[in-house]
Amino acid sequence: MSTENLLKYSIVVLLLPILSFVINIFFGKKLKKASGVIGTSILMLSLVISIIIAFTKLSVYSGAKIIQTSAEWVNFGNVPGIGPLSIVVGIGIDNLSAIMLVVVTLISALVHLFSTEYMSGDPKYTRYFAYLGFFTFSMLGIVLTNNFFLMYVFWELVGISSYLLIGFWYEKRSASNAAKKAFLVNRVGDLGFWLGILILFVSYKSFSFDVIFENIKSGNLPFNSGFYLTLAGILVFCGAIGKSAQFPLHVWLPDAMEGPTPVSALIHAATMVAAGVYLVARVFVMFTADALTFIAYIGAITAFVAATIAITQNDIKKVLAYSTVSQLGYMIMALGVGAYTSGFFHLVTHAWFKAALFLGSGSVIHAMHHALHKAGDHHTDPQDIRNMGGLRKTMPITFITFLMCTFAISGVPFTSGFMSKDGILAGTLAFAHLSGHWLIPIIGFTAAGMTAFYMFRLVIITFTGKPKTTFAENTHESKLVMTLPLIVLAILSFWFFYSVNPFDASKGWFANWIKPPQTVVPAQYQWNFLTTKVSEEVASIDQTMEVEATKTVLEEEIHHNHTTAMILSLSVAGIGILLAFVFYFWKKVDVDALTEKIKPIYNFSLNKWYIDELYQSTIVNGTTAFSRLLGWFDNTIIDGAVNGVAAISKWFSFFSGKFDNVVIDGIVNLTAYGTGFIGLLFRKAQTGKVQTYLIIVLIGLVLLFYFVS
Amino acid sequence: MTVGLSHYLVISAILFSLGLFAILTRKNAIMVLMGIELVLNSANLNFVAFSRFGRMNLEGHIATIFVIILAAAEAAIALAIILNIYHNYFSVNVDEIDKLKE
Repeated sequence: MSTENLLKYSIVVLLLPILSFVINIFFGKKLKKASGVIGTSILMLSLVISIIIAFTKLSVYSGAKIIQTSAEWVNFGNVPGIGPLSIVVGIGIDNLSAIMLVVVTLISALVHLFSTEYMSGDPKYTRYFAYLGFFTFSMLGIVLTNNFFLMYVFWELVGISSYLLIGFWYEKRSASNAAKKAFLVNRVGDLGFWLGILILFVSYKSFSFDVIFENIKSGNLPFNSGFYLTLAGILVFCGAIGKSAQFPLHVWLPDAMEGPTPVSALIHAATMVAAGVYLVARVFVMFTADALTFIAYIGAITAFVAATIAITQNDIKKVLAYSTVSQLGYMIMALGVGAYTSGFFHLVTHAWFKAALFLGSGSVIHAMHHALHKAGDHHTDPQDIRNMGGLRKTMPITFITFLMCTFAISGVPFTSGFMSKDGILAGTLAFAHLSGHWLIPIIGFTAAGMTAFYMFRLVIITFTGKPKTTFAENTHESKLVMTLPLIVLAILSFWFFYSVNPFDASKGWFANWIKPPQTVVPAQYQWNFLTTKVSEEVASIDQTMEVEATKTVLEEEIHHNHTTAMILSLSVAGIGILLAFVFYFWKKVDVDALTEKIKPIYNFSLNKWYIDELYQSTIVNGTTAFSRLLGWFDNTIIDGAVNGVAAISKWFSFFSGKFDNVVIDGIVNLTAYGTGFIGLLFRKAQTGKVQTYLIIVLIGLVLLFYFVS
Repeated sequence: MTVGLSHYLVISAILFSLGLFAILTRKNAIMVLMGIELVLNSANLNFVAFSRFGRMNLEGHIATIFVIILAAAEAAIALAIILNIYHNYFSVNVDEIDKLKE
């Protein structure tokens, strides 16, 4: 396949989901049930092409850094004061986007398949598939673009399609509120993103990644200052804070669980929230040391905060939502510390197992919902894990896949999650060694332990023990179209897809595909361990593997810390899992008594650190108060001024009217009366008698003769 | 005393004045018509007199004959008009016929 065909195929992949959208939105009424089949088959086709593209890129063109094409979209000509200006858009495929392409299309296709059953009977069935197609299109756009401009356009499209899908059951007030919250919170991040793009555009007159990076590399900084480069990096990262639900803006993601569960799997676990991580990975080379530290801390804080909240949640989807936030924090933290490969690796592995966990929870909720429906109960919450228990027996396939993915997310060996998380933790350790930021690895390991704890708590309460309600007893395993995606995704959570050695991913093919890119930031603004290189010991075991002759100090350090990180992460995960079993399975400790003892901390976690309340009382109420102030200003001052002007006009009009009526009309009438009066006078002469006229003629004639002669 | 142009003109002027007086003063429409005839005939007298003393050959006579024919035609039409007026007003008093003022 030539590179041109590769790009053509990728455009086909991009456009196929929008075809699904068009078909379902315009012909949905006629298609009815068939729309799910059409959407699924289109996505399957898209998936096949994606796999072909990824395979070609990774095997045939593995040497090429990026295959891309660009076209001029708008040419502004010679803009005064700026010079020649044009907006160039284009698409590009490198290893990162090739892998991401497969991730997005595979999860989207599986979610489509899952949804054909999960959403059956919904009155808006066809519109659901239309939205899913629209979302996939937007997400693929983010993956494929090679410039900031299209990135931002698709970024916003993802935002709006996520708004549509979260608020899909908009007749539920909580769902429509959650959709609004997600959209508005994302806007906050997007504003920063756009400002960051503008700083870069103003400096380099281009949106293209390559042009911008080349310029930075040649020492041409925005406004000639390293500060602005850091600022631009942090502002661009703000987009990721919003989309990837990082700490100050993470509040929308748990609420977004109001959407249909497959949507949560697609958008709020695997793809859309990964867009922020993908963005950071994409522009990784332009982050300065300060920006990277900022990113690492934001990620670490997010990972820790979300993990502490996830421990006490009782809604099955809320637990998964907070675990997603926590894992996203992990990825962001990994990128921040420079562990580029592990960060992206975790993005991919997390996409598989988190999608599977969400679809698994969807399967459970579906089963619970049916059991409740059959019993005629509409009050019991089908998502509350306290109503479940013992589902292991009734839903074996769901249980096994769920357990497999729980192993993966907790970092149990022989899973994909173990390898990626291990890489991240090794990265944080190496970073701490080299820069002295020891807080980051400490948080990283703590969060890893908590992740293992709350995930096993979830599995134990949901699937083991005795059924806590009769509904849980009466659940049934879901149909094959729902379990098949679970099985596929659970299988992808094994280690052998990424590396032969289950304990070290850095020698595997995945790490070979995704090499950390060389930073373009000038040395004085960048960590020296990211710019300086050390030569690799070429006498490694495998002579054929020596593609890269050098690697950075950080990579070397990560390599050294690998074993330490692995031992530490294994022990914290082990402790977490052990505690979960002690608390919930063997019930050695009375959990209720314990929570009673640490009530304040428990409530603090249960209420999500009161962050929502904090935002409610400060930002939301502040905005409302400010709006009220503005409303008062409008009502009193502006309206007063308008009314005053109106009153003056009215008053003036009154006098103007009086003037018209009296003076002008008086003059007109006077003229008329005067004319009439004069007419009345002269009318007397008109007697109508011929003889009188003749006399006048005669007199006139005589006078004429007299005066003329 | 020879009869000259001035005598004719004086006679003609007297005749014209009498005719004009009749037109202006008579109440009866027929009388007014008769006044008109006098005025026309005074004009005829003038034509003939100028033809005789003014070395104008027959042009004066021809004009006179035209006027006589005109007078005949005028009398016919005017009488018809008066007859119609009588039909409408049952009177031929010109003072009462003042529709013109409207």
